[in-house]
Amino acid sequence: MGFGDYFISALFLQAGYNSALVAIGAGLLGLSAGSAGAFIFLRKRALVSDAISHATLPGVGLAFIVMVAFGSDGRWLPGLILGSAISSAIGLLMVEWITRKTRLTEDAAIGAVLSVFFGFGIVLLTVIQTMSSGRQAGLENFLLGSTAGMLISEATTIAVAGAMAAGFVFLLRRPMTLVAFDPEYAATTGVNVRNIDLAMMGLALIVTVIGLKIVGLILIVALLIIPPVAARFLSGYVGAVLSAAHAALPTGPIIVLVAFGFFMISALFSPLRGGLASALRHQRFQRRVHRRQGLLSLARREPIYDGLTIRILRRAGMIRADGVATARGRIAAEKAARDEARWAMARRMLPDDSTIERYDGLTPIERMMTPDQIAEIDRMIQNAQTTQGAKA
Amino acid sequence: MIDNLITALGAEFVQLSLTPIVIGTLAAIACALPGNFLLLRRQALIGDAISHVVLPGIVAAFLVTGTITAVPMMLGAGAAAIIAVVMIEIVKRLGRVEPGAAMGLVFTTLFAAGVLFLEITDTSSVHIDVQHALLGNLESLIWFDAEGWGSLLDPAALATLPPQLPRLAIVLVGIGLFIFLFWKELKISTFDAAFAGAIGIRTRALGFALVVATAVAAVAAFDAVGSIIVIAMFVCPPASARLMTNQLVRQVGWSVVFATISAILGYVLAGYGPGWFGSPYAVSAAGMIATVSGVILILTCLFGPQRKRTGQQAEA
Repeated sequence: MGFGDYFISALFLQAGYNSALVAIGAGLLGLSAGSAGAFIFLRKRALVSDAISHATLPGVGLAFIVMVAFGSDGRWLPGLILGSAISSAIGLLMVEWITRKTRLTEDAAIGAVLSVFFGFGIVLLTVIQTMSSGRQAGLENFLLGSTAGMLISEATTIAVAGAMAAGFVFLLRRPMTLVAFDPEYAATTGVNVRNIDLAMMGLALIVTVIGLKIVGLILIVALLIIPPVAARFLSGYVGAVLSAAHAALPTGPIIVLVAFGFFMISALFSPLRGGLASALRHQRFQRRVHRRQGLLSLARREPIYDGLTIRILRRAGMIRADGVATARGRIAAEKAARDEARWAMARRMLPDDSTIERYDGLTPIERMMTPDQIAEIDRMIQNAQTTQGAKA
Repeated sequence: MIDNLITALGAEFVQLSLTPIVIGTLAAIACALPGNFLLLRRQALIGDAISHVVLPGIVAAFLVTGTITAVPMMLGAGAAAIIAVVMIEIVKRLGRVEPGAAMGLVFTTLFAAGVLFLEITDTSSVHIDVQHALLGNLESLIWFDAEGWGSLLDPAALATLPPQLPRLAIVLVGIGLFIFLFWKELKISTFDAAFAGAIGIRTRALGFALVVATAVAAVAAFDAVGSIIVIAMFVCPPASARLMTNQLVRQVGWSVVFATISAILGYVLAGYGPGWFGSPYAVSAAGMIATVSGVILILTCLFGPQRKRTGQQAEA
């Protein structure tokens, strides 16, 4: 079976029970990571989750050591998850404490906590390597994630925990939305902003510890940051599927790169802020300017040299191939010239008017002013012309 | 006791421990110096981002040149750092995203790409792997030809010093020179960018130069000590120093002191500490250095004379 076939079968969850479970778990993880990340992103605290995820490492190491001390295997996933949750909660509280108690800013606190906890975790890992039962602990897999050789019980744990996290997001969606968009308003409606903030971070923590096994602690933060900036839960699912299809690769990096792919797509094609949409908007604006300037030149009987202007006017049937205006072109040109004259007069009459400040040189005056205002403007233009005629 | 000390600091010490300690200290100071300014500019996490990005740069350099010599690696890492900074700017503008999220998005993506490159290409024969990238190989930077303290004066022995040592020394001198020469400009633009612009300092160019200096420090230190120390030293010693004083000169001084203490104490604890508990093994020196810097930060958070924000000054 080729890679492609395998990928398709994995995508439709047919590549074996285990891959299916991992894929579903990763999908649920992606779902809760994406939605929790969206709230954290809106609260502008995206990188706090980076501190949380790095702070899991000492917990993993200590949990392993404790479990071995009690005579068990030490690789029991729920135990490791519990340990990582405790140590990342401590890390989170340290970030809060440093920011609140000292004059250091949150980013410094984040950097300090993530590097120190991670460093201490590495120290513990080297301690474990020297323990008799720690030779093949496989804890390094928690750095980058690995689903190869995953037990069914572990996959189930991840799937269940992922579903719980998703349910948690669903339950808290209203207060979290309020706090994310307007904390002051949320406070006046009786929502405890600090608690909701903590709940958000707790959610990030849950996502992190579940994701440890699949994505790894270095890259889990990407799942919390990238999807909110880009797409939603499909990324986790597709990534796990890709990785299942090519078992030798670590899962985490692939999931992250898929998420980044979704970001690129949304960055380019989003209708509101995407790069493509703004390029199109820019082009439309450019064409309107050229058309307008072309018509004004026609009205003033000046020749047009600009290639783009000629093309636009030709296509609209305003001029003939030799550059002479058609009947339609003359009417449009006259209208443009009249509009320009009215705007010029309006600017002189009402120099401070807000309507005039908004004038972009393109909008017809009928759309901005009432008919009697325009009639007034026309009268003024008439007067100006007669006085000029009298002087002459 | 004294005998113990003398043997502890004897020929074996020079051979096995002196160079790692010196290299660790040089790396720590090289990172802490620009870290001071990053901290004050609220860019502390740039160091974090850059040290993640170094990995794909090194992998790409290896894939292009096929060798693991230092120069292409450092060029690759430096290029990756600059690409990352540019990408962060683009994402920030294009997506109108806050800087933290843009940074997180870029560095995780590049790091993921680096890991994947490593795994799918045949780099298993050479010694670049993720572990090494994270932890460095401080313990292995030993000075084979040293026979004792006298070797410090012996040119033949000196020529066999690990190449990371002179490289880091040069980088440190370069960064020190940069900060010394542009001290006034850096200081003004860090505390009041608008004023700096008004008196004709090119703040954007200077900010970029600072990021480049950061990248150079990160790349040089990364090769010797791994990315954990790099991140920890960018943030922790300057942060501790910030809690000690209100003056920039003193802050930089304190950060150098803290970085040095972290490096030396961390290495000694990692190498000799387990022995005090009867364990024959050493623990990760890089991890221990980061841990010591964290302990120093906690101590300054609790007792640093300038730990409070202005306006809520502790009762004197």
